[in-house]
Amino acid sequence: MLGPDVAWYLAVAAFLFSTGALGVLLRRNPLIVLLSLEIMLNGANLALIGYARHLGDGSGQVFAIAVMAVAASEVVVGLGLVVALNRKRIVLDVDRLNTLRG
Amino acid sequence: MILASAGNVLVWAVWMVAAFACLGSGIAVVSFSNPFFSALALIGNLGSLAVLYLLLSAEFVAAAQVLVYAGAVMVMFLFVIAYIGPRQESPWAGGPSWQAVGAVLAAGALMVEIIVVIGLKASGSLAHSAHIGSSFGTPSEIGRLFLTDHLLAFEVTSIVLLVAAIGGVILGAHARREQPSAGP
Repeated sequence: MLGPDVAWYLAVAAFLFSTGALGVLLRRNPLIVLLSLEIMLNGANLALIGYARHLGDGSGQVFAIAVMAVAASEVVVGLGLVVALNRKRIVLDVDRLNTLRG
Repeated sequence: MILASAGNVLVWAVWMVAAFACLGSGIAVVSFSNPFFSALALIGNLGSLAVLYLLLSAEFVAAAQVLVYAGAVMVMFLFVIAYIGPRQESPWAGGPSWQAVGAVLAAGALMVEIIVVIGLKASGSLAHSAHIGSSFGTPSEIGRLFLTDHLLAFEVTSIVLLVAAIGGVILGAHARREQPSAGP
């Protein structure tokens, strides 16, 4: 395999995953929390594809595509919630969204 | 031999650029105060990840990444950000709060944990990758795997997408019905 070993890709994946976790924990704007979730999912995807290449097995790539489909669904529901909150004039701050009354 | 080592250097160089672009834009997504710039940085992140996927011979996943993520999902994000309006929030302003310190510590602990576990459990076997055929990662190979070995996952994914589409419609319709009662 030309270029770096799969271990380097896994290091990048670990860094990306923890960057996304930092964003989820740190930020208060739900839109940026969703963007950070995307970074976490992509870190996991990079690890899956790295291992797929390492083991010579295409199942990791298949699973990465399934993860992408789940991420797209999550974005649809998350952005729908954000738009619904905005229409009800609720402040978009995840620290202040602590009641579930319809 | 010389050709092989020149190819090696080239792949390393491309990897360096893509990996550092990926890490830098990831940090930029988390630190920008304007969500619009965060979304633009995430497009860069997804593009450089697609380059890494190409280096790992995952051509179809790289193409799907650019089309689905950087194309469709990010356009949806940018539309919603434009609809809601820019809402500034500076994550690092006002000195370190206990929340920020805790978040950085937790994320750092997570990264150390992942690297230690991979290093302990798999470091010996990571040096020699398997040899792959020319069909590895092509659309036909992915399609064959989806329709033979992973048919159940394929069908479940379609149900998840259908439920998400219905959920999006219901959330939107609900908000629209509530709007007259919220007005004067």
